[in-house]
Amino acid sequence: MDVQTTRQRAGVEVRLEELSRRYGPVTALDGLNLTMAPGELVALLGPSGCGKTTALRLVAGLEEANSGRVVFGNKDVTGLPASKRDVGMVFQAYSLFPHMTAMQNVAFGLTLRHKTANERRQRAGTMLELVGLSGFADRYAHQLSGGQQQRVALARALAIEPTVLLLDEPLSALDAKVRSRLRDEIRRVQLEVGITTLFVTHDQEEALAIADRVGVMQSGHLEQLAPPTVVYSRPATPFVAEFVGLTNRMPGVVKDRVVDVRGAKLPLVQNDVPDGPVTALVRPEAVSLVTDGASEGPLVGTVIAVAFLGATSRVTVDLGGMTVLAQMPTSQASEHPAGTRVRLTLRPDPVLIQREEASPAGA
Amino acid sequence: MTKSRRLKLRVFRVVVLLLMGAFFLMPVGAMLEFSTRGTDVTSPRTLDAWLRIAQTPGLVKGIVTSLQLAVITSLGMLALLLPTMVWVRLRLPRISRIVEFICLLPLTVPAIALVVGLKPLYVWININVTPSVLALAFAYLILVLPYSYRSLDAGLAAIDLKTLSEAARSLGAGWGTVMLRIVIPNMPSAILNASLLSVALVLGEYTVANLLNFQNLQVEVAYVGLTDAPTSTAVAVGALLLAFVLLMVLALVGGRLQQQHYVPGQRA
Repeated sequence: MDVQTTRQRAGVEVRLEELSRRYGPVTALDGLNLTMAPGELVALLGPSGCGKTTALRLVAGLEEANSGRVVFGNKDVTGLPASKRDVGMVFQAYSLFPHMTAMQNVAFGLTLRHKTANERRQRAGTMLELVGLSGFADRYAHQLSGGQQQRVALARALAIEPTVLLLDEPLSALDAKVRSRLRDEIRRVQLEVGITTLFVTHDQEEALAIADRVGVMQSGHLEQLAPPTVVYSRPATPFVAEFVGLTNRMPGVVKDRVVDVRGAKLPLVQNDVPDGPVTALVRPEAVSLVTDGASEGPLVGTVIAVAFLGATSRVTVDLGGMTVLAQMPTSQASEHPAGTRVRLTLRPDPVLIQREEASPAGA
Repeated sequence: MTKSRRLKLRVFRVVVLLLMGAFFLMPVGAMLEFSTRGTDVTSPRTLDAWLRIAQTPGLVKGIVTSLQLAVITSLGMLALLLPTMVWVRLRLPRISRIVEFICLLPLTVPAIALVVGLKPLYVWININVTPSVLALAFAYLILVLPYSYRSLDAGLAAIDLKTLSEAARSLGAGWGTVMLRIVIPNMPSAILNASLLSVALVLGEYTVANLLNFQNLQVEVAYVGLTDAPTSTAVAVGALLLAFVLLMVLALVGGRLQQQHYVPGQRA
């Protein structure tokens, strides 16, 4: 959010109020409330069927809500069709009109707004330049790569100067390298234009990397809406903790607002937790390994696998009946090859807990 | 694939092509031969029968009527079927099977049964709407449904209709604009195919027109054939050649459009 306060905000506030959508007996969206600040990029993150795409389509006007309101600034757009909502949208599937060149695609919305040929050419040219494709104006969709097509689609969505930008998993059809590059480019363009943006994705890395705030959804409602660092480090619910990042599920006992996990005392995220057995949700990066010759102890185990992830590595430790993941710089992980006896230390970060009777056992 | 196998395949293709060509061209050749025959076997070839087409008022009228019917039927078919199929695909996919069944139904109904059903309706149309032969377009619209449906369905399946229409709507396009500027330009071959099939069917239709007492091209051809067989054969060859030319135009235009813009499913 700090970044936004320093930049110019051209967008408007967008409010989703008690938005609900049902498909027969299935409730896809259950009274969703979400307020987006002007110029903010909010990412809706969640598993398939959680209602994130439905929420975006309701904002776009491509679906009708059963109840609730969509408000852009002071204007209630709930009853307006998609063509009158003034939104720019980039789709998951390639959506460039195949019979038009990149330039004609970008200019399409301007034609519908009765702009002159000169205005259209100028604006479309500027937009293609914004996404770094000014040299591709005369190419048809089939002559562009997937990443280029999505960039043209972004230029097309922004060309009409929409009130809100909607991104419906625009990167999911692309390969990893292009995805990461385009993700940064979308953020750059969004900050440059200052438009309020709703970004839907099932990829947590994407959401955490570019959003001002991340909304984690499950079963048609928001579990948590907060800046990425908060969602990751202070998840509001066990679902968020498990969905965003990897989590070790370690049995422990709560006493006096502290959970004891095999002798390690960890503070709690939640306030009102009665004493008793629980499952603590511990992040892999909060686990570190020590090779101090100890062969016995509640947190002593054997390294059974080391997964190389590049700059970091993930080490799997067998604690006897339970495996624990630890993530650390690769240089540190290399000191603990498979078979090594190690002692785990848990960083005393506040942890989320689940009542033991409701949780499955094991890590 | 080995060289000899490739050669065998090529020979096989040529043989099949020649056989099929002979199958289609021999009757046309025979008709052409008959229509240019002189009065006896020793007479030289003559174009008298072809020239008599223009001098036979009934035939000229039949040709004009059938061409008008072909245009009306094609346009009517596109106006009725294309928006319906797009709407069903986008909004009511669960009834697509029913629509398909209804569109294919005319294939299974014999022309005589169709005429028996349509007769009372046409009596009413003749009295209350128009006695014009062009009212036949209504019956033809039913007859061309199966062929046009198949062609348009293939065209719609080749494009991502949902995404393209939603993209256009999000940019401010109404449904009319979506149809005219997005859907139609992206399926030129399918639309041309459907139209050509309609034209071919209308130009060759005899039974329904005759049983409903309308004079179209084929009814006139049959009538003229009673007294002047070479002329009626000349007209029949002419109609076939027209359909052939239309097919060629379709292949050329369709191929060129695809080369210019895109090939469905192909990406850089």
